[in-house]
Amino acid sequence: MMTTKSVQKKAKENAHKRAPKNAKEALKRPSKTVLPPAIKRPLNGFVRQNSLGLSDLKLLSKELLLKIYDLMVKSRVLEERLIKIYRAGESFFWIGGPGEEAWGVPVGLQIRKGRGPAFDYLHLHYRGTPTLVAMGMEMKDSIRLMMNRATDPSTGGRNFSNHYCFPQWNVVPVSSPIEVQYSTALGTAHVQKRACQQGLTLVTGGDAGTAEGDFASCLVWASRPGRELPMLITVQNNRVGISTAYDGQHGEKEIADRARAFQIRSRQIDGNNPIETYLAIQEEMTYIRKTGRPSFIEAKTSRLYGHSSASGANLAQDEIDGLKNFENLLLKADFLSESQQQNTWKKYEVEGIQAQNEVRAEVQPAADSVWDLIYVNSENADWRKF
Amino acid sequence: MATMAQSIRMALHFAEENLQVKDIFGQDVGAPMGGVFTATQGLKTAWNSPLDERGIIAMATGIAMAGDRCVAEIQFCDYIFNTIDLLKIAGNTHWVSHGNYSVPMVVMTPVGAGIRGSIYHSHSFDAWASRLAGWKVVMPSNPLDAYGLLLAAVEDPNPVLFLKPKALMRVRGEDLIPGEPDNEKDLKRMIDGPIGDRSQWKPTWPKLEKYLVPIGKAKTTREGQDITLVSYGRHLLLCNQVADDLKERNILIEVIDLRSIYPYDWQAIKNSVLKTKRVLFVNEDTEVTNFGEHLCYRVTQELFYDLLARPRVLAGLQVPGIGLHPNLESASVPERADIEKAVLEIIGEVP
Ligand SMILES: Cc1ncc(C[n+]2csc(CCOP(=O)(O)OP(=O)(O)O)c2C)c(N)n1
Repeated sequence: MMTTKSVQKKAKENAHKRAPKNAKEALKRPSKTVLPPAIKRPLNGFVRQNSLGLSDLKLLSKELLLKIYDLMVKSRVLEERLIKIYRAGESFFWIGGPGEEAWGVPVGLQIRKGRGPAFDYLHLHYRGTPTLVAMGMEMKDSIRLMMNRATDPSTGGRNFSNHYCFPQWNVVPVSSPIEVQYSTALGTAHVQKRACQQGLTLVTGGDAGTAEGDFASCLVWASRPGRELPMLITVQNNRVGISTAYDGQHGEKEIADRARAFQIRSRQIDGNNPIETYLAIQEEMTYIRKTGRPSFIEAKTSRLYGHSSASGANLAQDEIDGLKNFENLLLKADFLSESQQQNTWKKYEVEGIQAQNEVRAEVQPAADSVWDLIYVNSENADWRKF
Repeated sequence: MATMAQSIRMALHFAEENLQVKDIFGQDVGAPMGGVFTATQGLKTAWNSPLDERGIIAMATGIAMAGDRCVAEIQFCDYIFNTIDLLKIAGNTHWVSHGNYSVPMVVMTPVGAGIRGSIYHSHSFDAWASRLAGWKVVMPSNPLDAYGLLLAAVEDPNPVLFLKPKALMRVRGEDLIPGEPDNEKDLKRMIDGPIGDRSQWKPTWPKLEKYLVPIGKAKTTREGQDITLVSYGRHLLLCNQVADDLKERNILIEVIDLRSIYPYDWQAIKNSVLKTKRVLFVNEDTEVTNFGEHLCYRVTQELFYDLLARPRVLAGLQVPGIGLHPNLESASVPERADIEKAVLEIIGEVP
């Protein structure tokens, strides 16, 4: 049996064999479906390149760069804590966003945070921790969700990790069916359009999920001529859906092209580069607030701990780590000292452990609460009592 | 008297004027058509959506999450099936978010056979709908109830599914809608769009009043002591007819119009069955895992020793669809004669 690793190795070995000899050959279409020779990437992997360079550091203030770094570390440490909680048998399932910090943190920092249509709505999928950490979510609240305590503010112990809901920040419930957030997002954007207060709707999701009809629904409804919706539609492309590789499933050249077909402004970015993502998000959010029109970002990201605990939640060896690259750059530029670096990781490690200990002691949902809150004000929904 | 289509239109007008409804939308819901059954003609907040049922339900859910009130339509319930997981989300959002988000939206959709609609314009949805926890589900059998239930649905803070018995859309009721002009022709002149070009047309709305039919409350439409018939929608009218026919033969049938499928009025059913000791549940959705089966089950569990005959369910056959030819349609859904036959059988049963 071929393992993922051996498939990747084989693809790497074969890559040079297929390399074109000259430009003419490079432009020639392959006669059978093979990986395009110009893209040197293993089947299940990603472009092995770090787009971050020292000159990028000039693009944002040092203060902001360090803030982004700090939040990226916090998010990573929190996610790793969640995985440890799972491993210790203190939770049933983990899914989350390590590897998406360079994307999620810059998003969270630029959200217009608040409740109601004047503020931004977030329709996230299950990799949203970095965004919420950047918005100010306490580690404890993420851990309460992970450990399904009654105190969990998102679901009261009813749903998986990373299925957040924070109404005070317009974070609507994360729902497990892939891609439904792309269509429900239309409704909040529609109300924001009517409110004319420059609030926008952000939607996130993975690459494999774009095959679902709700992704198409999103593009169709967001771009109706004269009724365009103020939405930042995004895809975090980690080139895999659970175990199914991107290659072989996508006839479009890039996912961003699908938005272009609807006249939606669209771009593809390196989601492992926090400076690039920060600037791209800033630019697109400004455009949306100004014009009331949608815009689309496909961010190439990494999946650092596999799909979820169902696939082991082990650290991937062959993925780019946007946080590590950013950290190295900050060290190299002397924006960050080694002791600062160590203290940052340590500070959050301690916070995570403390939070876990506190949450462990918190109350668990009572069995008879299953009927609570089915209807508003817990109006009776149990037919036995009709 | 108004037809059910007119009463729905008037309810929606009342709702957009007085109950903060800001969007009434779906396929062909806005101008120029105003809905395939004309139930949304002339409404100022009605608009045409893309031909995308999932998009319609999701849009409504998002609007509700953002705090606005809307009424969305699925053109025929035959096309609602690809939205089921979105309906589930609307139904579970308040619960799974531990009360953080409520989803006050109304979805209306025409249901049932009776118009020679063949396989894809005759489906029923009441049994399916009864499994959507978190939703309330209502189904009127006459224009006044349609008006009152729709306003109650709009005011309800939960998602409500408003099933429209499509065969009754042009049927007139026996009661005036509060504010409706006495003369049918006046109403028609005021609120029915003209045939042909409607681009310059605007309705003149009567001065309507608020009227609510509480969700979860049934209505006894015929009183009797020999047997209870429980139904809703189109089949309620058939049950009334059977009751009237058999009254001449001295068989006194009590007919309950359930009006709400969930939450349902168990007290009304229970009190009636305790009196008559015989019961038949009638609807046209398919018979296996039918909503009437749930009610029948409950009767056997809670009222078993009070019964004089086996409680029964008369429903649509477990076939893939309703065939177009009248012989096929009649063979697939309960007809008046089938109800009468079942009633006589149950009454003839001796314990
Ligand atoms: C409608 C639906 N089908 C299948 C699943 C099971 N599932 C969960 S995540 C996933 C893969 C998603 O991949 P992608 O969209 O690329 O996002 P990623 O997990 O890689 O971030 C699948 C198939 C689901 N949750 N919902």
